[in-house]
Amino acid sequence: MENRAKLALEDGTIVKGESFGYETTKIGEVVFSTGMVGYTESLTDPSFKGQILMSTYPLEGNYGVSEDHYQSDSIQADGFIVREVCKKPSRYTYQKTLNDFLKEYEIPGISGIDTRDLTLKIRTEGSMKGALSTEDISDEELLTLAREQKSIVDRDLVPEVSIKDTQVYGEDNKYKVAIIDCGVKESIINDFLKRDLGVVRVPYNTSYQEILDHDVDGLLVSCGPGNPARLTETIENVSHLTNRLPIFGICMGQLVIAKTFGAKTFKMKFGHRGGNQPVKDLKTGKVYITSQNHGFAVDADSLKGTDLELAQISLNDGTPEGFVHKELPIKTIQYHPEATPGPTDTNILFDEFKETIINY
Amino acid sequence: MPVDKDIKKVLIIGSGPIQIGQAAEFDYSGSQACKSLREEGIETVLVNSNPATIQTDMDMADVVYTEPLTPELVKKIIDKEKVDAILPTMGGQTGLNIATGLGEKGLLDGIKVIGSDVETIANVEDRDLFALFMDKLNEPIPKCHAVESIDEALEAIKDIGYPAIVRPAFTLGGTGGGIANNEEELIQITQHGLDMSFIGQVLIDESVLGWKEFEYEVMRDKNDTCIIVCNMENIDPMGIHTGESVVVAPAQTLEDKYAQRLRDASIKIIRALGINGGCNIQFAVNPETGEYKVIEVNPRVSRSSALASKATGYPIAKISSKVALGLTLDEIKNDITKETPASFEPSIDYVVVKVPRWPFDKFKGISREIGVQMKATGEVMAIGRTFEEAFQKALRSLDLGFDGFEDIEYTKESLEHPDDERFMALYSAIKDGMDLMELSNLTQIDTFFLDKIENIVNFEKDLSLDKLKSEEYFRRAKQLGFTNKRLAVILGVDTDEINKIQEDHNIITHYKMVDTCGGEFAAKTPYYYSSYDRGDELTVQTDKNKKIIIIGAGPIRIGQGIEFDYCCVHSSLALKDQGIETILINNNPETVSTDYDISDKLFFEPLSYEDVMNIIKREKPDGVIVQFGGQTSINLAVPLANAGVKILGTPYDSIDIAEDRDRFSQLLSKLNIYQAPFGIVHSYEKAKEEANRIGYPVLVRPSYVIGGRAMEIVYDDSELEKYMKEAVKVSPEHPILVDKFLEDAIELDVDVLADGEDVFIAGIMEHIEEAGVHSGDSACVIPPHIVPKHLIDEIKENTRKIALELNVVGLMNIQYAVKLDTEMVYIIEANPRASRTVPFVSKAIGVPIAKIATLLMTGHKLKDFGLTDEIKINHVAVKESVFPFLKLSEADTILGPEMKSTGEAIGIDEDVGMAFYKSQLSAGMDLPQKGKIFISVRDKDQKKVQSIAKKAHNLGFELCATRGTAEAIRDVPVEKVKKVSQGTPNIRDQILDNKIDMIINTSYGKQAARDGYIIRRLAIELGIPYVTTLAGARAALYAIKSAVDADINVKSLNDYAGGNFDMDLKG
Repeated sequence: MENRAKLALEDGTIVKGESFGYETTKIGEVVFSTGMVGYTESLTDPSFKGQILMSTYPLEGNYGVSEDHYQSDSIQADGFIVREVCKKPSRYTYQKTLNDFLKEYEIPGISGIDTRDLTLKIRTEGSMKGALSTEDISDEELLTLAREQKSIVDRDLVPEVSIKDTQVYGEDNKYKVAIIDCGVKESIINDFLKRDLGVVRVPYNTSYQEILDHDVDGLLVSCGPGNPARLTETIENVSHLTNRLPIFGICMGQLVIAKTFGAKTFKMKFGHRGGNQPVKDLKTGKVYITSQNHGFAVDADSLKGTDLELAQISLNDGTPEGFVHKELPIKTIQYHPEATPGPTDTNILFDEFKETIINY
Repeated sequence: MPVDKDIKKVLIIGSGPIQIGQAAEFDYSGSQACKSLREEGIETVLVNSNPATIQTDMDMADVVYTEPLTPELVKKIIDKEKVDAILPTMGGQTGLNIATGLGEKGLLDGIKVIGSDVETIANVEDRDLFALFMDKLNEPIPKCHAVESIDEALEAIKDIGYPAIVRPAFTLGGTGGGIANNEEELIQITQHGLDMSFIGQVLIDESVLGWKEFEYEVMRDKNDTCIIVCNMENIDPMGIHTGESVVVAPAQTLEDKYAQRLRDASIKIIRALGINGGCNIQFAVNPETGEYKVIEVNPRVSRSSALASKATGYPIAKISSKVALGLTLDEIKNDITKETPASFEPSIDYVVVKVPRWPFDKFKGISREIGVQMKATGEVMAIGRTFEEAFQKALRSLDLGFDGFEDIEYTKESLEHPDDERFMALYSAIKDGMDLMELSNLTQIDTFFLDKIENIVNFEKDLSLDKLKSEEYFRRAKQLGFTNKRLAVILGVDTDEINKIQEDHNIITHYKMVDTCGGEFAAKTPYYYSSYDRGDELTVQTDKNKKIIIIGAGPIRIGQGIEFDYCCVHSSLALKDQGIETILINNNPETVSTDYDISDKLFFEPLSYEDVMNIIKREKPDGVIVQFGGQTSINLAVPLANAGVKILGTPYDSIDIAEDRDRFSQLLSKLNIYQAPFGIVHSYEKAKEEANRIGYPVLVRPSYVIGGRAMEIVYDDSELEKYMKEAVKVSPEHPILVDKFLEDAIELDVDVLADGEDVFIAGIMEHIEEAGVHSGDSACVIPPHIVPKHLIDEIKENTRKIALELNVVGLMNIQYAVKLDTEMVYIIEANPRASRTVPFVSKAIGVPIAKIATLLMTGHKLKDFGLTDEIKINHVAVKESVFPFLKLSEADTILGPEMKSTGEAIGIDEDVGMAFYKSQLSAGMDLPQKGKIFISVRDKDQKKVQSIAKKAHNLGFELCATRGTAEAIRDVPVEKVKKVSQGTPNIRDQILDNKIDMIINTSYGKQAARDGYIIRRLAIELGIPYVTTLAGARAALYAIKSAVDADINVKSLNDYAGGNFDMDLKG
């Protein structure tokens, strides 16, 4: 028999399965994603920091892991829960197996369990704190770890994933975009670079003056993990930039920008994670299938009367998916136009942002 | 935006008879379309010549026509019904061809074509336009040249290079294609293709053999919102038709980057085409480089979209219909969640495997190799939480006796040239320790899939009774899809022993829901599959209503087609109307019965005893109905009854009496009903003895078979000996039946309803072809018009007696043979279950007999429905069979006791000749009204050929005949032509020169002369009308006379039979 792995949830659930990846114990918020492909991209997405990711699709690791799919330099999720992990991936594609990948970054994995059953539990009861162990640990001990951790609401996760020192990409380009790195993905940087926009990637707590000193033409507030309310510095700095630069916000970026306009944000029951989320543009009536990964949302009512207008909503639950400023060139979205993983329908937003920058 | 206000009445075009490449999936889509449009307040008119469909039920559309699907007749319907729009995208290639035909003939003035318009269809159907279109979109396709001559083909190949794929433009399912490796093959395949193509065009494609094949099911609405319903991966590589491939959903080996690239391409294409609705796009992907090419675009629902709908729970046809009307995806609700909109992409949390079902059991001696030509008649789908489980379930679902993977003989050569048993061969090779990489190189199948099969092999090797005593190990076995029976076979123990271990572990079968969303939202539609994972989602109703399980019919195959699915659906609907909870079990993704809104609960499961019992154990139904699922469900009657399950309707012992020759004979002698002499034997010696006692010719067959499998007429001892060697191999545990073959008898089928007290004769069908041709292959007519009334009365009387004696409750079918010369009525067989003619009879007389049969089983009486006297009809209904000869390039077209047809068409008219003419036209036989008929008959028929020749001559036809036949014809000018073997010029030359408009060729049994075979094949391949029996020839000439004498009129089924039964069956 395989080595044992255990998952404990704060409600007392203990699930036992087979272990893969690294022999260790990790805690985090247990969330599920309904994306059927793109585990490498998801696991390396900094927005999963502090979370133990569960795939609803039962077969993971089928095509192995290739480094060119990484969205950051390591696995960011704190654990991976799957129904079945592929030991012998497709012959054509892979550099390493999912098992090796998790070992390399010292992340535990559990397989051979009924992920659908757990998903239904989380759907009904909401995302839960959990602990995942591939070590020899008692049920009680693991359950304590699950229960006695800080809620994601109270954790400061962005500092863990944000860049430490400013980094510049494509400096020869005529136009440059500052990215406030709350946990940006590689593909977002690439989406700018391939449109001939230079990128100045700055730490999440960089002062607005420093950002302006880089002589940038636009600002992206990036995606990232955890609770937007914890990012007081970032919110403060962005509020000084709203009338100085064209601004684009992705995911956490939307939450931060909304907060600069006084919005309330709230933690969703189990969030939106997957590549099949329908978003409707209220103005055009068009529907986009988007890639999403967020557990917090803007309370749209709290922005009523401000200049930040609700522009897009989720067709599944009506939560806000996008805002536009009435006058200023500020646009935010709750989903991921860079995709990776997921559908690229909204990739065009990078073109639009480029237009905005050029016309500003 | 709601519906287009100008559209008030829509004509939905069906796909016609079931054939290879176009099967039950279009009944599913067409039925959904009807329901979907009516929900939007649209008046619907439907035309489909296939009577065995749910969509041609009079209550599916406002008006239903079963007229032949030709542009001219469809135009007559358009005019008569004054429709505003036609919806061609629900009727497969036939639907598109009709739309194209109407457009070309300029018959579409003022008529909207919704879904995909004529221009869109042309852009994907005409390869030149397609290439141009894709080029503009900058989407890569394999290099392709359309050629119209051999010379052009030779020129084209210079650009493309060998190997090249050659296929004719505008045919069904790629008919007549092939792979050319050299010039000789190129010339041969091109010539064949040029002859086959509707437009005399052949396409020569760059080969992408060995690449991976993926399919995307895309939807678009008028707002340009696009979604991918599902992507699918063919486990078999390019070079094997997708209909021949084992397919898995979702795609397993595509990285996100490539998955999105194909998704983007799909959306780009559907937008450019401007399709409002569903579209299927096939891609080839080079696994080494990731490069892709667009292989095919189908701007309509398809076999794959039916599969995708069942695989995800997203009803593509239903949504496509609404979108065609102008609704947008976000305005339509997701049926399964009832809350979220249809504008999302399904996420699935299980693995779906589709396996094709091939007809090779019916066509002995033809090549079983699979390739670019589709040969499968149907398919099964299975759902599992693991790939292994889904695959093993699919193998069980095939109903071929497999209980999982089984060892077969294979060679390296056979692995390289796959046939229908390729996955068994792979299993065997892996078991023998063959290296997966080597196997992958031989087969171009990804190691990912081979590894899964190896998991099964390794588990089987590791298995022991001791290990099963660990609960976890046992569960693992079940999660890999092993039945207890299979485990028992591997371990050489009794199944009960394994059952006992399972009981000790307290492992029960769990059922999970197909919910379209990976569990993200609560599902409201109870659509289940089994699993041995920990979670269980089955909600069992225990309190209120009665609960009945209906066992489905499994995959479409020759002998067990869509008719049985039709019956299951009717049964379920009738029970639902009574407020009874209905539970349907089936595994066929193409059909209406597996639509999740037909029954209260749908279990998508194999129909093996064990799988069915697992459901029964959980659900504890009040009864189980086995009468409607053909032999598949009837075979379960005895084992289920033995397990204490209540079988509804006719007592299962009656089923045994009917199938057990000795018991049935005793019953017949008690009732004083004649039967042709017969014997039951276990050896050749005994068979010979019996055959000589009875007198040749005799009909020999194994007992307990459906569709005349392995049935043959033998004329002497040597033929008998040869047969016994083959047949005994087919079915070792059952004896062989030797029946007197009644030559020149007229066969009749009777479908009857009984309730234990009364008997209602629903339909008496007189066959056109003489006895000896399988009843499923013979054309037949209601009401009879040759057998005299007093013999018909005798048949009715016998039928009543048998129905009452067998205590039939529900349906029964009896076959009779009548010898007109001796005025003798013989019974051939009785089947106390629904027959394949049930839908035909229902349509002909306008009474839903499968529904009524169901209600009889739940305690109603015939009297309750006023069904005491026969229904008198003032029209004639002819059923004609449709054959797969075109797709099975080596098959002979001669009809015999072995069933060969895949489907059927109906012809209805007031005039019997015209009804027959319509049935022929619907079956693809466009009978000529002038020209030249070639006649060549076997010696035995020569004395009867005179009247046929005379009639043909009187109708104005020229005649030519082979010498023997010509000499048998008197007083009529006949040109003598040489047989193929008699040197040139011969009949073959005349046929190839298009000088022959119809062929009458009868042949003697299976020793069909080589000459005859060539002529019949030519007829098939060139599309020349042909008949292979004299009776058929007589009927054809009769039909031609009607068509010459009068115009073809269209009339709806509602007008023919609408008033015959208008009782509301809701209880």
